[in-house]
Amino acid sequence: MGSSTSAPHRFAFQNAEHAFKAAALIQRWYRRYMARLEMRRRCTWSIFQSIEYAGQQDQVKLHDFFSYLVDHFTPRNHNERDFLNRMFTEERFAQDSEMEKSSDFESIEVPDSYTGPRLSFPLLPDQATALVEAFRLKQQLHARYVLNLLYETRKHLAQLPNINRVSTCYSEEITVCGDLHGQLDDLIFIFYKNGLPSPERAYVFNGDFVDRGKESVEILMVLFAFMLVYPKEFHLNRGNHEDHMVNLRYGFTKEVLHKYKTHGKKILRTLQDVFCWLPLATLVDEKVLVLHGGISDRTDLEFLAKLDRHKIVSTLRCKMRKESTKQEEEKKTANQPSSAQEPTPWFLPQSRSLPSTPFHLRPDKAHRAGRSCSIPCPGALDRQELSRHARRSVDLELERCRQQAGFPGIKESEEPSPLASGPDPESGELLEPTQEEWRQVVDILWSDPMAQEGCKANTVRGGGCYFGPDVTQQLLERYSLQLLIRSHECKPEGYEFCHNRKVLTIFSASNYYEVGSNRGAYVKLGPSLTPHIVQYQANKGTHLLTMRQRISRVEESALRALRKKLFAHSSDLLDEFKKHDADKTGIISLSDWAAAVESVLHLGLPWRMLRPQLVNSSTDNMLEYKTWLESLAKEQLSRENIQSSLLEKLYRNRSNLETIFRIIDSDHSGFISLDEFRQTWKLFSSHMNIDISDDCICDLARSIDFNKDGQIDINEFLEAFRLVEQSCSEGRDSACPQSTDTSDGGPSSPDPH
Amino acid sequence: AIVADFHKKIKDAFEVFDHESNNTVDVREIGTIIRSLGCCPTEGELHDLIAEVEEEEPTGFIRYEKFLPVMTKVLLERKYRPIPEDVLLRAFEVLDTAKHGFLTKEELIKYMTEEGEPFSQEEMEEMLSAAIDPESNSINYKEYITMMVIDEN
Repeated sequence: MGSSTSAPHRFAFQNAEHAFKAAALIQRWYRRYMARLEMRRRCTWSIFQSIEYAGQQDQVKLHDFFSYLVDHFTPRNHNERDFLNRMFTEERFAQDSEMEKSSDFESIEVPDSYTGPRLSFPLLPDQATALVEAFRLKQQLHARYVLNLLYETRKHLAQLPNINRVSTCYSEEITVCGDLHGQLDDLIFIFYKNGLPSPERAYVFNGDFVDRGKESVEILMVLFAFMLVYPKEFHLNRGNHEDHMVNLRYGFTKEVLHKYKTHGKKILRTLQDVFCWLPLATLVDEKVLVLHGGISDRTDLEFLAKLDRHKIVSTLRCKMRKESTKQEEEKKTANQPSSAQEPTPWFLPQSRSLPSTPFHLRPDKAHRAGRSCSIPCPGALDRQELSRHARRSVDLELERCRQQAGFPGIKESEEPSPLASGPDPESGELLEPTQEEWRQVVDILWSDPMAQEGCKANTVRGGGCYFGPDVTQQLLERYSLQLLIRSHECKPEGYEFCHNRKVLTIFSASNYYEVGSNRGAYVKLGPSLTPHIVQYQANKGTHLLTMRQRISRVEESALRALRKKLFAHSSDLLDEFKKHDADKTGIISLSDWAAAVESVLHLGLPWRMLRPQLVNSSTDNMLEYKTWLESLAKEQLSRENIQSSLLEKLYRNRSNLETIFRIIDSDHSGFISLDEFRQTWKLFSSHMNIDISDDCICDLARSIDFNKDGQIDINEFLEAFRLVEQSCSEGRDSACPQSTDTSDGGPSSPDPH
Repeated sequence: AIVADFHKKIKDAFEVFDHESNNTVDVREIGTIIRSLGCCPTEGELHDLIAEVEEEEPTGFIRYEKFLPVMTKVLLERKYRPIPEDVLLRAFEVLDTAKHGFLTKEELIKYMTEEGEPFSQEEMEEMLSAAIDPESNSINYKEYITMMVIDEN
């Protein structure tokens, strides 16, 4: 450098150099800080996602279990038969004739005192707009109008094809929205920002309108109303949550029953039907395919266009009709060898790891081994195809199950009746889809894209596939398409392109996991079909927070949820910790802690990264595990007397329990009999390997029946263990009715119906 | 034993971004991973590191097998150490030529986007949102540093 420069110049130069260096240092430091924030955000996201998907897996497992029982269990007497039938009453035959009767709602009187919106049919545009405004003001639509609207909706939907076609010739722009999940604020915001639906402004809503959020009913009312008003411009696709089975678990059923105490059941029954009439996909200008989940390497749009979508009531469980022998043979010669060997259900002890157990619990790496096709429903087991060995083990397992449940045993030579008796009666065949039909629909409602090439079973969700860019390419080429728009997955920015920008995920429920967790987005398509994305976040408060604060809030929430899960597995964790503590010092290394926690919870989370937030009582990288578990418990429980392992087990299975109860309570009365509770619990616990003695269960059941009338109020039961309250304090679940009604802890008054 | 510990740490951090569970991460996430492991490289140093772990024909993905040994070495050699608080403070003081104890918003923007390894617009906006006191439109850097350090711990 210039030694010949004068002093002031040199000074200035040095200053400049110093400034450069100083700035660089600050930037370096700042970037590291942001990277650590980003890491925290990712971990938080993983927590929420893994808990969400583990819950979905659980539910799939649960339904498989019941499906299997219903299909293979031979009731010994009419009580048993009734009990099992009630678990999965489809009530289809009754519904179809019921649907013709408009007297369903006409007989319902609307009191003069009702100040909410009133609807008259045929619906006019300003009525639909008025509906939005009424809901914004937190009014509730009367059951009569709800049912009337649903009746008209069903009539309309039944005329629509499976794959709707929209053109940008007629409407100048088409707006596609993703999952809303009961978040009415987001829908209102979209209409506010993008404009209400009109002949010039077409909309496609891509499924998952309900569950989780608290205003699923209102969203449906608005969407259906606009669809009736603008049938050519307003389109809906079915999502995996438009499914009464899924609704049992994820809050929609609860919401309806709470908001409509008298007519809720009728509404739910009607909705069950409406959902299966929802179209499966929308095609824009024959070039852009819009569907909820994704595709598989077997997706056949022509096949999908022709099937009777109404037959697929739930994608979770399928009563399948046997394909005729001729069809089976055709399949065998035409298709891969894999169809020759059906997998055995996951819960049989003889089941091996993948590919025979598609619904294995672990989401982690080793079990995402390849399968070239989507997961068939285990309920579709064709008995003739089971090897003798497998069949025998099935029978043995069933026998064990029955004995544990207290049912009298069957002789081993006896064949279970349902499938062994000849072909299904005529009506049965017409009402049930084939396995291929079911699988095609499951694929488009449940699949997720992945970066790798290929197509493999979606073990994380328990249904559908992971499809790679080559699968996308193949489909787009085959049908001359240029873009696939799908939803189904929450994205931090509300949208995400993948597969070389050939697949667009659009997700419209902002703040899905927690306030500040993600933005929502919608996409607009003009005649050029170039996607134009608009993002938003429906909570002004979060805009004012810095990224750091936003991440902290969401992180707090995720960690709370995670600590709850850890607590629920306290006994198992203790056992696992002890294994690492051979010398019985009461202390293990943090490394062992991480390994132990993962082996118990199977969430596939980066425990070492999360450790500082979960364990704050360690010294020298060692942990006194008993103390840690106790501190977890203290956080979760306020009363010291609730420390039994029974509570823990029940707590861990809370969602499953709730779902089971709702399934048993098929008439949605809010009550199940003590006996049903006992029987169900036995069956459930024997297969979930939960070890609770019969006496314990009987005592428990009796103690819950406060008024000793031989019936258990579901919500009473859950409340007795403070579980409903827990979910209310999270603020995430849908409306928790009874906890607000029963302020002084007595049994809530039974529903008049 | 130390190496084994490093390996576990690296694996965990890597896995957070390994979305497909196939032991690869997008190259654009490598910076985040390296920094969350306690290192504080400059952008230049980061690019050099990436060059070391990339494939001969860059695929846009970094494989774990290549990343692990390089990252282990970085941790063992204690390279790219984080910046102590007092050094950071002095850096701000250098920029504060008038020795006010604060920088105006304009000054901060100028330095951060024109000097050193300039911020992107997004980075600048994010820093401003947390650092600038809206009433005085300036950053009291001593307070800022203290707040950030507390927040980290």
